[in-house]
Amino acid sequence: MRLTRQRRLLIPMAAAAVVGLALTGCTGDEAAGNKADTDCAPYESYGSFDSGTEVSVYGTISDTEADLLNESWKDFETCTGIDVKYEPSKEFETQINVRAQGGNPPDIAIFPQPGLFAAQVDGGYIKKPSQAVVDNATKFWSEDWQKYGTVNDEIWGAPLMASVKGYVWYSPATFEENGWEVPTTLDELATLTADIQKSGAVDKPWCVGFASGDATGWPGTDWVEDFVLREQGPDVYDQWVTNEVKFTDPKIQGAFDSVGDYIRNPDYVNGGLGGVDSIATTEFGDAGLPILDGTCALHHQATFYEGFWPEGTTVAEDGDVWAFLLPGTEAGASAVTGGGEIVGKYRDADEVDALQTYLSTDTWANNRVKLGGVISANNGLDPENASSELLKTAVATLQDPNTTFRFDASDLMPGAVGAGSFWKGMVDWIGGKSTADTTTFIQDSWPQ
Amino acid sequence: MTTADLIGKILQLVGGVAIFAAVVGLILFFIDKAPKRGRDVLQLIAFLAPAVILLGIGLVYPAIRTGIAAFANKSGEFIGLDNFVWMFTQPEALITLRNTIIWVILVPTISTVIGLAYANFIDRSRGEKIYKSLIFMPFAISFVGAGIIWKFVYEYRPEGRDQIGLLNQIMVWLGQEPVLWLQTAPMNTILLIIVMIWVQTGFAVVVLSASIKGIPAEQLEAAELDGTNGWQRFTNVVLPGIRGALVVVVTTISIATLKVFDIVRTMTGGNFETSVVANEMYTQAFRALEPGRGSALALILFVLVLPIVVYNVRVLRKQKEIR
Amino acid sequence: MTYTPVEIPLDDETKKEFQRGFNADGTKAARVKKRLTSRTATIVSLIIAVIWIIPTFGLFISSFRPEELIKTTGWWTIFQNPGFTLDNYKEVLFSSSSSSPQLGAYFVNSLAITIPVVVFATVLAAMAAYALAWIPFKGAGWIFIVIFALQIVPLQMALIPLLQMFTTWILPIQRFVHDIIPIIPEQSYVQVWIAHTIFGLPLAIFLLHNFISEIPGELIEAARVDGANHGQIFLRIILPLSVPILASFAIFQFLWVWNDLLVALVFSGGTPDVAPLTQRLAELTGNRGQEWQRLTAAAFISLIVPLIVFFSLQRYFVRGLLAGSTKG
Repeated sequence: MRLTRQRRLLIPMAAAAVVGLALTGCTGDEAAGNKADTDCAPYESYGSFDSGTEVSVYGTISDTEADLLNESWKDFETCTGIDVKYEPSKEFETQINVRAQGGNPPDIAIFPQPGLFAAQVDGGYIKKPSQAVVDNATKFWSEDWQKYGTVNDEIWGAPLMASVKGYVWYSPATFEENGWEVPTTLDELATLTADIQKSGAVDKPWCVGFASGDATGWPGTDWVEDFVLREQGPDVYDQWVTNEVKFTDPKIQGAFDSVGDYIRNPDYVNGGLGGVDSIATTEFGDAGLPILDGTCALHHQATFYEGFWPEGTTVAEDGDVWAFLLPGTEAGASAVTGGGEIVGKYRDADEVDALQTYLSTDTWANNRVKLGGVISANNGLDPENASSELLKTAVATLQDPNTTFRFDASDLMPGAVGAGSFWKGMVDWIGGKSTADTTTFIQDSWPQ
Repeated sequence: MTTADLIGKILQLVGGVAIFAAVVGLILFFIDKAPKRGRDVLQLIAFLAPAVILLGIGLVYPAIRTGIAAFANKSGEFIGLDNFVWMFTQPEALITLRNTIIWVILVPTISTVIGLAYANFIDRSRGEKIYKSLIFMPFAISFVGAGIIWKFVYEYRPEGRDQIGLLNQIMVWLGQEPVLWLQTAPMNTILLIIVMIWVQTGFAVVVLSASIKGIPAEQLEAAELDGTNGWQRFTNVVLPGIRGALVVVVTTISIATLKVFDIVRTMTGGNFETSVVANEMYTQAFRALEPGRGSALALILFVLVLPIVVYNVRVLRKQKEIR
Repeated sequence: MTYTPVEIPLDDETKKEFQRGFNADGTKAARVKKRLTSRTATIVSLIIAVIWIIPTFGLFISSFRPEELIKTTGWWTIFQNPGFTLDNYKEVLFSSSSSSPQLGAYFVNSLAITIPVVVFATVLAAMAAYALAWIPFKGAGWIFIVIFALQIVPLQMALIPLLQMFTTWILPIQRFVHDIIPIIPEQSYVQVWIAHTIFGLPLAIFLLHNFISEIPGELIEAARVDGANHGQIFLRIILPLSVPILASFAIFQFLWVWNDLLVALVFSGGTPDVAPLTQRLAELTGNRGQEWQRLTAAAFISLIVPLIVFFSLQRYFVRGLLAGSTKG
């Protein structure tokens, strides 16, 4: 009895062990780079370290993008001897706080929100960067961008990558067929939308999706941010971020209403996806796809949406889909919102400084952008390195001295608003709640 | 992973368990050899201390900290009842509280009733193990996984297009229009509750089935000889025999229900009037970085669980009296 | 888990009762069974089982369908819209990412985290439950109630204080062990083990106490009269008689730990040295959650081990060892 009992338990355990071992065999260690084959000239200034020197890096960038990130500092590792251990986490926003407070932070963290970065600096967790990092930050980034790594008038970290929001995706072929033109002002956009609706060539002019798991609503905040920046200008935008201009201010409510003219209008949405009420539960990633089957003409989303089109879709000015920047009130006025990351360090050590410095250089920016998929606002970046036509235009926009760049407002606001009531407010608002009630709700949640 | 890593991991696993076994073994061995005087106290300490110490540092201390934090603001200054005032002046505070109460009433009752019926029906029937495994499977899926599975069931596509959600397909088959289920309050709360019931019934079945097997066959047979029908046997023999297990099941599921937030987060993110207290707590403490508000909500959860605690205390007292 | 057969002095009556309990599948029971399983009961349980399995079944079918089909047609139209692919599984199992290249490593980690935690929590809880139920002392009731109430403490609230304590006390020990035995990484499993054990204890003690306290007092009295101490009573009477509930709890604990992501994230340091499968699977769904067809496959991969455990432990609670001695 006892024997059989043990044997019966053994079999499944052995089976589990075999599965485990088989999985183990599937992948091996990465081959270490060979110093002799690598051009180490750009890395000489960082010095060389004993083998086994590790720097841990923590961030939100995961999956294939994490691979590219690792790739971007491979030569650096080979030449300096530093072993960079990157750990991606989707729970970064909550975990970084837990780890810092728990006394077990990573050496370097890549923050997608300047607000969170500033909170960590205020909490006394982030260490002062080396002078080299500060110098690079001032040398390679515009003043707008430097601001996002600056807390209490001191630079605590340099930016890393960037994305440009406020693009409107469309199908050049559909536009040509119907004789539609890319608008150059917001008024033209309104006319274009009305024309599209009247023509009946597509189901509805716009397709929109707010759903994004527990962050549902953020695509809506992007809409409002774009309209605040374009209609009210950067100064009001900055005051709005710090709550000097309140959500209930007519300027902000006006932006809500302008957005509402498009996406709360049952004649204008939701192309191929249903009515206005379908917006809140349409996954933002799927929301633009009706453009491909011709049931929707316009979709508002950032540069990263390039990666969301199904395989085989050409993203080009004469391809299947292309995007224009949401125009300003006047033609030629270039004001864009966008996102990016700030790099902060948690440990004072030469190897940590070396990596943080490297990440703030144009060398890194070019290395990473060459690998594809992303861009950076680093001035030293050669736009030709960008992997696609769209990204090249985005880099050009970022590097254009006439461009007014503003960081995604919700990422700069306190978490209770920027990652809470603003999202929720947008969901309620698209569900029919009035602009006045919605803005009051968001304003009331601003931490005192 | 290199072979060395694997050996290191196996070493840790075996080493960890071996050290633990050795320590526990030594404790049990030596307490029986302890001097007669004070042996009872020593034995008590040896049995109870490991758990109590671990709980003390891991849960009691944080619980007290949470209690204090509920009366403080972000920077740790005492602000009295402000967090509670904020909580109840939230526009949706009452809806959230109402939802939590609906959850904690419906989930334990329905899971337990279905679980009990099922456990009773399949008891000693052919294929009992398979039956049990089928209903147990959801319990083996994480809450997030369960949320995803059911989101799939409730998925909406506009009328006239192929539905990919089963529920809306059924609506279409019945000649109705597809519905945006997760947005339609108050139906959506019920639909989320169904997910939790789906998960927890497996737990109820496993515990109740084990308990039903504890009822002696001759008791059932005696009842049968008395000419009772199935229902009478169930109420007169089975139910009293498993009362203890029922209390355990209802209590455990109630507490799990009060604490669950992953389902709500995954499926609606707390929008469309579906939020529950636990979800608000998580949002405030970890998304909004307002630990004071989060702690205040945690205290509310504690208040909600008090009736369950009191009930269990009474059961415990009665049990002691019988003994 | 093996157990030593009960070797305690019992009066004949009790023994007979035990025998009857053990023979529950014998002839008498067979006769009862016939009457109990009516047709209605079978049909109702069949319906419940089918309703319960449909959502999972749909997901299972979907996990073999190409992404395009999943997003455009229902899984029940599989015959009208045929399409079969193993890509979803391939991506989950073999997509190698240099930041976290080895699914196998995560798999081993999950086992190495879960198995010890199940042992620790079950044993410690059984000891505490025994003490609370059968060692009479003042305040036993209150301690039990406090432990019971601790179930409601949201573990999110406990993470930071616990991590602070671990960083101060456990981390130096881990470093020390790493220096002596380099094969054991600095970031070892110890922190995750302790954290999970703590979070599992309140429910474990609550469940086990309810069953252990129902063991007939006569058994324990008889042993005490015979000169047995608490240590012996625990090993010889309590543990063998509690096998069904211990097995049940072991399964539950296994599932919670296996499916956990939060505790592992905080205490594993997230490195492939310690991080479990759930963490890898969570990453696989893409930066913005767009790759959710992978989730269908991932869900089934992470489901395999819990089911194996369930099946292998199931036979420990098919027969109530307390049969014949419960107060009816």
